[in-house]
Amino acid sequence: MASDGSNTSSSSSIIPDRKNIAQQRLRIIAGHLRKPDTDGGVEALGCSAQENRPGAATNKTTVPRRRQEVMKWNGWGYNDSRFFFNKKGLTELSGKRYRLSGLLMPHMSDWFTSTFGASLQHTSLATPTLDPSAVKPPFLNEAFMEDLKSTGLPFTTDPEDRVFRSHGHCLHEIFALREGKVGRVPDLVVWPNCHDDVVKIVDMACKHNVCLMPYGGGTSVSSALECPPEETRSIASLDTSQMNRILWIDEKNLTAHAEAGIVGQDLERLLGESGYCTGHEPDSMEFSSLGGWVATRASGMKKNVYGNIEDLLIHVKMVTPQGVVQKSCQVPRMSTGPDIHHFILGSEGTLGVITEVTIKIRPIPQHQKYGSVVFPNFEMGVACLREVARQRCAPASIRLMDNEQFKFGHALKPQVSSVFMSFLEGLKKFYITKVKGFDPEHICVATLLFEGDREKVLQHEKQVYGIAAKFGGLAAGEDNGHMGYMLTYVIAYLRDLGMDHFVIAESFETSVPWDRVLDVCRNVKERITRECKEKGVQFPAMSTCRVTQSYDSGACIYFYFAFNYRGLSNPVHVFEHVEHCARQEILANGGSLSHHHGVGKLRKAWLKETVSEVGLGMLKSVKDYVDPENIFGNRNLL
Amino acid sequence: MASKSLYSPMLKKRDDFEDMLEERRTSSDLKYAFKCYTPVLYKGMPPCKTTLLKSMVLHSDQLRYVVRQVSKDTGTAPVAVQEEASAILEEMAHRLQLGPVRFFAFTLTKAFKTLFRSICVNEEGLQRLQQVVQEHPVVLLPSHRSYMDFLLMSVILYTYDLPLPVIAAGMDFMGMKILGEMLRMSGAFFIRRSFGGDRLYWAVFSEYVKTMVRNGMAPMEFFLEGTRSRTCKSLTPKLGLLNIVMEPFLKGEVFDVSLVPVSISYERILEEALYARELLGVPKPKESTSGLFKARKVLSEDYGSIHVYFGQPVSVRSLAQGRVDRSQFTMQPRHIPSKPSEDTQSFVNDVAYRLVCAQEENMVLRPWVLLASLLLQGMALEELTQQAVWLRGLVREFGAFLHWPDDKPPSEVVSDSLSLHVGLVRVADGRVWLLLEGAAAEGPGPATPEERLLDVAVQVLSCASYRNQALHVFVRPALLATAVHSASSGKKEEVFHTFSFLRNMLANEFILCPGDFEEACQQLVRSGALQVSQQEVTAMDRGQPTLSFLMAMLDPFLQGYQVVCRYLCEEASEGLTEKQFVPAVRNFTVKLLLQGNLRYSEVLSSDLQKNALAALLRLGAVRRVNGGQQVTLKVDKLMVNSLEDTLGGKLPTQKCVLARL
Ligand SMILES: Cc1cc2nc3c(=O)[nH]c(=O)nc-3n(C[C@H](O)[C@H](O)[C@H](O)COP(=O)(O)OP(=O)(O)OC[C@H]3O[C@@H](n4cnc5c(N)ncnc54)[C@H](O)[C@@H]3O)c2cc1C
Repeated sequence: MASDGSNTSSSSSIIPDRKNIAQQRLRIIAGHLRKPDTDGGVEALGCSAQENRPGAATNKTTVPRRRQEVMKWNGWGYNDSRFFFNKKGLTELSGKRYRLSGLLMPHMSDWFTSTFGASLQHTSLATPTLDPSAVKPPFLNEAFMEDLKSTGLPFTTDPEDRVFRSHGHCLHEIFALREGKVGRVPDLVVWPNCHDDVVKIVDMACKHNVCLMPYGGGTSVSSALECPPEETRSIASLDTSQMNRILWIDEKNLTAHAEAGIVGQDLERLLGESGYCTGHEPDSMEFSSLGGWVATRASGMKKNVYGNIEDLLIHVKMVTPQGVVQKSCQVPRMSTGPDIHHFILGSEGTLGVITEVTIKIRPIPQHQKYGSVVFPNFEMGVACLREVARQRCAPASIRLMDNEQFKFGHALKPQVSSVFMSFLEGLKKFYITKVKGFDPEHICVATLLFEGDREKVLQHEKQVYGIAAKFGGLAAGEDNGHMGYMLTYVIAYLRDLGMDHFVIAESFETSVPWDRVLDVCRNVKERITRECKEKGVQFPAMSTCRVTQSYDSGACIYFYFAFNYRGLSNPVHVFEHVEHCARQEILANGGSLSHHHGVGKLRKAWLKETVSEVGLGMLKSVKDYVDPENIFGNRNLL
Repeated sequence: MASKSLYSPMLKKRDDFEDMLEERRTSSDLKYAFKCYTPVLYKGMPPCKTTLLKSMVLHSDQLRYVVRQVSKDTGTAPVAVQEEASAILEEMAHRLQLGPVRFFAFTLTKAFKTLFRSICVNEEGLQRLQQVVQEHPVVLLPSHRSYMDFLLMSVILYTYDLPLPVIAAGMDFMGMKILGEMLRMSGAFFIRRSFGGDRLYWAVFSEYVKTMVRNGMAPMEFFLEGTRSRTCKSLTPKLGLLNIVMEPFLKGEVFDVSLVPVSISYERILEEALYARELLGVPKPKESTSGLFKARKVLSEDYGSIHVYFGQPVSVRSLAQGRVDRSQFTMQPRHIPSKPSEDTQSFVNDVAYRLVCAQEENMVLRPWVLLASLLLQGMALEELTQQAVWLRGLVREFGAFLHWPDDKPPSEVVSDSLSLHVGLVRVADGRVWLLLEGAAAEGPGPATPEERLLDVAVQVLSCASYRNQALHVFVRPALLATAVHSASSGKKEEVFHTFSFLRNMLANEFILCPGDFEEACQQLVRSGALQVSQQEVTAMDRGQPTLSFLMAMLDPFLQGYQVVCRYLCEEASEGLTEKQFVPAVRNFTVKLLLQGNLRYSEVLSSDLQKNALAALLRLGAVRRVNGGQQVTLKVDKLMVNSLEDTLGGKLPTQKCVLARL
């Protein structure tokens, strides 16, 4: 979003409106002299479990207990937002939440049909509603239920609620739901309201040997939320969504203390009301939770300025079967043996429940500016990103999309007269391809996001565009940049559209040293294409990547692949095979098992070779000590 | 090995051939030389200039690293080392240009048309090549029987509009000044024969090759066998270059590398007599331009046909699947040279053998090859045709790629073949005789018995070189037939032991792989020569002709190895040097032959003698001792003796020293 206010038509739900922020800053500064407003987001209340809080409605947060009232039970995101091809074959996004909502995208259907050999007429629609009889009746531990009832904590055994907590957003999970297929699901869902509630629940679970599975935002893409089918105990899903308050903000030290269930958009919105932000923006931030980030070692788009979750984390409280683990102080760093935070970061719900987190905050930057650069080819683009990293001058975000994604981005451009496509854009295209001789089949684009005060942003821009020019890069405007980032938030919605038309898709990521970026991209994409072909996929698969993060010594690469599964008897099987091969290829070429999605159950077969036998043993021994009865039995990682 | 069956000859369906010369005989050579040449390219990229290639090599991280190392270790200034590297590269690099290739295409096809009746190429193979050239870097791996091989390859690729290869050639060619430069311009690059410890040379060389592979600049061509086979038997493959071309794949720099085995079979080899002389110890003439052209007489003869078979491209990626853990290469920067791990080495070794086997399997055998095999065993003329027909059945049964003109009566085929090889055979008194070279020449015969002996040997070895072309078809069943014959009982286990002993002993002589035993059993069962049950292997009566033919084929080799062993036990002096070995064994062999204690003058072949020594070294029966200037051979007489006895069937294999091997 342009900060100079020229783009007044923007109505993004993600980035707070700048004018408001300025006003809020004033209010906040004034407000610091008073007690916190009760209508403000920041609460410093004690938690009383007895009085059942009225829930989301008055709590002003996004996530109600009955998630299905706002979110799809078998797809991505809000119920009101959905891509579809209208009667004229134009693509639309329903609802009002996103910048693309309500706009017409004329190129999408062409791109879709020609890329996948798909047809708008052939549909493979999802089962509209969950058949409750497909869900096994809950297996309940009576003694545990007795105790639970006595605490007065809200819980449910409603099939819809249980099914909702039984999955993340892996393709196979969503595909099964769309077909109305349900596997093992939690036997009940319980909603603690605060840390103490969690302590009680964990105690009871230990006492009665009930399996607990922490549930944050449900955005996992590693099968982390899948119930192990071999689990014979009663499984309780511990939904943290109602633990969603910011407990305090410490402006002197620039930290905030919040409950783990708060989701990204609420955290940023509420902090924003005080003029602050964490700057942690994973693409899933509308739904993923603070606790989930810690539990999976998440990474946000703007980590270049703010750091990844492990850099942001100052203090964390986790309730384990052995008791509560936490540090005794809130300090920036300490040398006290191995950092216990690093047992908690990435523990993926296997050791306990993260209940409260102190996280670094920053004043909201004065100025934010998008940008983009086109490169004649991917190689040049990577060389540029590498140089930017070498000079340590990366903007808040810098991402490089390959040619396929570049085209995909174009397909999503809304109809002319919209904010994005302008006469100028057309001119630029002409200039790039005709005058500069860029081959449209090789062009790729880097999207940029600068943050800071106006001066600095300008200076920074100059430096980065200067480097880009050395690698043949041409500045291609703010809109292209903005468009690129917006894609990020809607791409998960698009997968549902694809699935309505026999196209399945998935994304996965890795981190690699700089010198292997090109090799990994090339080999993995090619491997995907070949494996799909070999497995009988009729139309060439789409296999594309982008470099989403850069570091001093390497980068994060994000892959998408998608194919038309018409004619395949077992598409999910083919898909899983291809995904498996792709990961093998990554590992063989020196990539990591995961940069930020985590291991879960999807990738745990490779953990040993990734961290060595001894390394795995170290993790196991921690698990054995902390949770000998495997109360936190989601069986991730190990 | 499941993949083995892919290469099993019985399952092999082979392509048809087209005569490349046919069109050349009817249309203008000049037009052909100036034809529009537009080869398909790797990923559609234009080929890179040699100057760019050189600068890529010189500026590569790999080379810079080694330059720094060498400079540090030797105290030479980095600039000087870099200059040296540059000089090495100059000496090595090709300068592929279209002009010289057109020139060769023009002159060579003219020569080919007079020398050969046809040059047959499998066009389907070329189509496959055309496909794969666009997708992956390609490595062409032709068999090597003649000097002509690589020019022939380039001419074929030019003719069919395929990208011209860059060819690794030995430095010997560099001696021929003009020709050397011409070859360079037609794509050859030159490697010194030995540069063992020279890090800098190795770095330049390997980086040069890898840069081409990595960028798919041109198909890389080299000879797996390292040098021309003088015996027409496949040589055990050399691994150096194969290692280098696979590295870009193993290190993730390319998605895949395609290896294309090419089998070039000559009905008559230009260098036939030359090779025999070389093997007998007449020193190899230095390869000079004039020497090559002195062979003008050669140009007036009929050399029959050439068959060139472009085999199925083999993907290194699929070979490596499950065999090599590529992540091992991710633990250190890729530009730092490192010794391949043991599993990689054994992988490369297996691939090399597989490819040589693939070459062998697609070698076209002509009727003469069968005749030579029979003649070496002594045959009367009427019998010859009849036996040849029998043998034809047998080789087909064994899956050989035999081109026998079935439309002609066998006797005509036989006499045609004989007439093409008038230099080797003569028909007289109802028998076919190997032609004695001396006797054929005018004037008085050779003076001494030894000279006479060598004259016979030249003919025998020439003849044997044709038989050798079929050896890959027979060697497995022949080993089995011999094992069945000499094993102490018909127990399958016993036979297997004897077979394994022989295979191990002869591993430097033939291209053999594990799993051969089962294959040999199947072949001989199918042909009705053996019956094989769970426990027993039994020779069938009706299989006797087959079994004795096979044993007779192997016999010269077994005898030869025994002679070498006997020499080492009985005659070799303490300080025997490696250099002295071949002449000494030759003298010993001559003696045995003259005394009538040895039947096969083939044993005089230095190739056989060297292979035997290599085997003994490998088995630890002989050791090389580096003594200052010279390498001497230390013989474990007990072991050599026992090996000899076992070879001669005097000791059961299980008890012999090798039982543990
Ligand atoms: C469209 C999309 C975009 C994404 N983009 C990003 C991205 O940019 N960066 C990124 O890092 N990830 C991304 N992800 C992955 C996912 O959002 C992250 O892994 C996120 O951190 C998960 O948080 P969550 O609250 O949704 O956790 P959940 O999915 O609910 O749970 C994930 C795991 O954490 C455990 N867990 C959750 N909360 C707690 C708790 N309080 N205590 C203990 N354990 C807990 C669960 O048991 C489970 O094992 C994306 C996912 C999707 C679907």
